[in-house]
Amino acid sequence: MLTPPVSSKDHLQGDEKSPIVLVEYGDYQCPHCGHAYPIVKQIQKHYGKRLAFVFRNFPLNEAHPYAQAAAETAEFAGTKGKFWEMHDAIFENQMSLAVPMLVELAGSFDLSGEELVAALEKHEFTAHVKSDFISGVRSGVNGTPTFFINGHRHEGPFEFEDLVGSIDMRISRDEK
Amino acid sequence: MSTVLPAGTVAPEFSLHVTPDQKLSLSELRGRPVILAFYPADWSPVCGDQMALYNEILSEFQKHNAEMIGISVDGSWCHAEFGRARKLHFPLLADFEPKGDVSKKYGAYREADGFCERALFVIDKNGKIAWSYLSPVGVNPGADGILQALEELPK
Repeated sequence: MLTPPVSSKDHLQGDEKSPIVLVEYGDYQCPHCGHAYPIVKQIQKHYGKRLAFVFRNFPLNEAHPYAQAAAETAEFAGTKGKFWEMHDAIFENQMSLAVPMLVELAGSFDLSGEELVAALEKHEFTAHVKSDFISGVRSGVNGTPTFFINGHRHEGPFEFEDLVGSIDMRISRDEK
Repeated sequence: MSTVLPAGTVAPEFSLHVTPDQKLSLSELRGRPVILAFYPADWSPVCGDQMALYNEILSEFQKHNAEMIGISVDGSWCHAEFGRARKLHFPLLADFEPKGDVSKKYGAYREADGFCERALFVIDKNGKIAWSYLSPVGVNPGADGILQALEELPK
C-alpha cells in the first residue's frame, strides 16, 4: 500500500477527492518513465474529472546522473507554481537532459536560471526528493515507473490498456 | 519454487570470492546484521533492477549498521565488471565453484535453470536468520520487506 497516502504535500493534478487517484513514482531520466509519460496523458484524458494524478520522485541516481537534478528542478518550479509545466517539459525533452538544458527550461517558464542553479548547488530540494524516494521504498516501489491506483500498487506492464484495465478493476472493487 | 531457509535457522557459513583474489566469509560479519540477496544473474536488462535499487537504498540499510551482500552464480570477473558498470557500492559474491553450493544450502537454487532464486535473507548480528523471503524469479522484490525486518531486529 501507498505510504504515506496522498496529501496536500503532493503535486496533484485534478481533484484530491476524485474517485480515482493515480500515483506515479518516476525518474525523469528513466526511458520507461519517458515511455509512460504520454500514456499518463491519455489516461487523464480518458477518465477526465474522475481521475487525479500525483507524481512522486524516485530517481535512481547511480544509474541516471541527471535524474536528481531534474527532480530538484521540477520541485524548484513547483515552489513557483510551475511544477507540472516543468514536469512535462523535462519528459518531453528527456533525450537531451542535462543541467544547462534544465536552466534553459526554467528560463522558458520565466523562472530565474540563476536562482535554480543556486538551489541545485545548495541542495535546497534534495531532502524533499529523498523523502519521496524513501516513501516509494516503503510502499514497495521496485523500479520506475511504479503506479499506485487508490493506494494499491499496479503490477505488470503499463501500456494504456493495462492501466485502464487495472483502474476499471479497482473502481469496480471500491464500489462494492 | 524452492523452499528457502526460514527465520530462526542458523545461517549456513560460507566463504566466497568477492573479488578475483579475495574471499569473504559470513562469520567475518558477525556482530552486525547482514542482508543477503540471492539473484539470478548479473546484467539483467531493466534499469532500476534489484541491485540498482539496493544501491540507492544503502544509506537506509547503513542506519541499521547492516551489511548488504549480493550473491549469484556469476564468476568474480563478471561481478567485478557488473559492479563497476552499475557503480554498485556493496560486494557481490560469486557462488561459482562448486556452482550454486551456497545457494543450495539456503534453499535458493533453481536446479532446472542452473541459477539462483530471487531470495532475500536478513541475518541478525548473531548469525541467525531473522527474516527470509522468496520472490517469483521474474519479480523484483523491492526493499520494503528488508527495511521492516531490520527495524524489527532486537536492538
